[in-house]
Amino acid sequence: MALKTEPFVLNIGPAHPSTHGVFRMRSTLDGEVIVDMEPVFGYLHRGIEKLAEERTYTGVIPLTDRLDYLASMSNNLAYCLAVEKLAGIEVPERAEYLRVILAELQRIASHLIAVGAFLNDCGAFMTPILYMIREREKILDLFDMVCGQRLTYNFMRVGGVSQDIPEEFLPALRRFVGQMPGFIDEYDRFLKENEILLARAKGVGILTREMAINSSAGGPVLRGSGVKWDIRKADPYSIYDRFEFDIPTGAAGDCYDRYRVRVEEMRQSVRIIKQAMEQLPSGPVRSEVPHLIHPPVGEAYAHIEAPKGELGFYLVSDNSIAPYRCHVRAPSLINLTALRDMVVGWKIADAIIIFGSIDICMGEVDR
Amino acid sequence: MTVALSGKEIAGQLEGKFPGSIVESGRDCIVVNSDSLLAVAAFLKDTQGLDLDYLNYITAIDYYDHFEVVYQLVSLEHNHSLVLKTRCYQRDNPTLLSVVNLWQGADFQEREIYDLMGIRFEGHPNMKRIVLWEGFQGHPLRKDYL
Repeated sequence: MALKTEPFVLNIGPAHPSTHGVFRMRSTLDGEVIVDMEPVFGYLHRGIEKLAEERTYTGVIPLTDRLDYLASMSNNLAYCLAVEKLAGIEVPERAEYLRVILAELQRIASHLIAVGAFLNDCGAFMTPILYMIREREKILDLFDMVCGQRLTYNFMRVGGVSQDIPEEFLPALRRFVGQMPGFIDEYDRFLKENEILLARAKGVGILTREMAINSSAGGPVLRGSGVKWDIRKADPYSIYDRFEFDIPTGAAGDCYDRYRVRVEEMRQSVRIIKQAMEQLPSGPVRSEVPHLIHPPVGEAYAHIEAPKGELGFYLVSDNSIAPYRCHVRAPSLINLTALRDMVVGWKIADAIIIFGSIDICMGEVDR
Repeated sequence: MTVALSGKEIAGQLEGKFPGSIVESGRDCIVVNSDSLLAVAAFLKDTQGLDLDYLNYITAIDYYDHFEVVYQLVSLEHNHSLVLKTRCYQRDNPTLLSVVNLWQGADFQEREIYDLMGIRFEGHPNMKRIVLWEGFQGHPLRKDYL
């Protein structure tokens, strides 16, 4: 006798350890298989774009810290670049180098959490992520040295950075860059060819090249699908055209490829930091910028390759001291667009790791 | 470097193809009539040589007497970009055509514009609020929302 079945709805989240924040997957299931899924979010919406309209241009910087709070330096950088473009402000050489060093450190820190959380989702509970948090801690210590903060830095300023680095920063950075490649090798030895990881992640949650482009995916999600697109190369901002580095890409567009892209990107970031350290010039770290900035009437869009994808700020000025409109092109939000197509047909346990492989930060999704 | 396509040149091409579609053209942007938005968008996406197949972002701005909706289109293959704009002069129930069938990436962004700015996108399969809850009154990113 055939068993009578019917689809039912299961809410995964909003408060669930695998949703990395307050995020809900409203899934329709047939047994264990997902037949439909709708992402539901907004639980962390603070109206940052609206709040920005009531603050001075400099006053918005602390708000940007609270977008992707695992990569605050990158958010600071993207926002400052947009204001500088809008108001035509130059940045001193030394500040440019410091920005690159800090942005790349931030990329490593963010990818460490992404990879660790992904392995957590795969079932390697807590062991890998604690190793990654151990390394990330060293980066947070470095950030602590430059600005006294560990998570919300508020360090970059329009026209440079808020202050010069302390004496002990460069030796500590040198130590970190010396150790980091060895650390990546160490866990690659355990994980790269790990049979369980391969079984769980290879061929799972495929995002084809066409789908990735059509759904505006960015960052490691886009590159995992085999598209060689990195803003640092495609549209170099700051001084990225001075450094040598490669763009790692995947081929199949599965969870494993996205994971590998992040690991390889950490190696590339170390490469960039090494070059930037050698070339670091002396001089001022901030150009003369009036306390209240009145950019001319107009609009500007500046974007960077943030750890999670293309992060852009679209600013409109009406010549007052506050932005008339401040829109954030949030990679976490846009990368979620294709999530439904990626999880349909897979089991719940796979959906968890597919979601984990996208690497989102709810602060940025909801804004 | 991503090359910004000249708005004037593209506008010339479009004017021949879709008469009356162009409202304005600038250095790196074109402003089109909201009625011809979908036709122009499809043309920009599918024409060889343009291939603007990547919708980078959509956003909307409230200028009191009208809303401006901004689309940034990029071609990953040719590494060039174009800003496409359209305007909506109604305030009570502004509507535009959805581009979600051309670029899936518009899905959440159009819903967000509806939620926060109150512009409805016709043809969107799931036009409802995205970050605020259903039943919320008003659209907070409008300038008259206090």
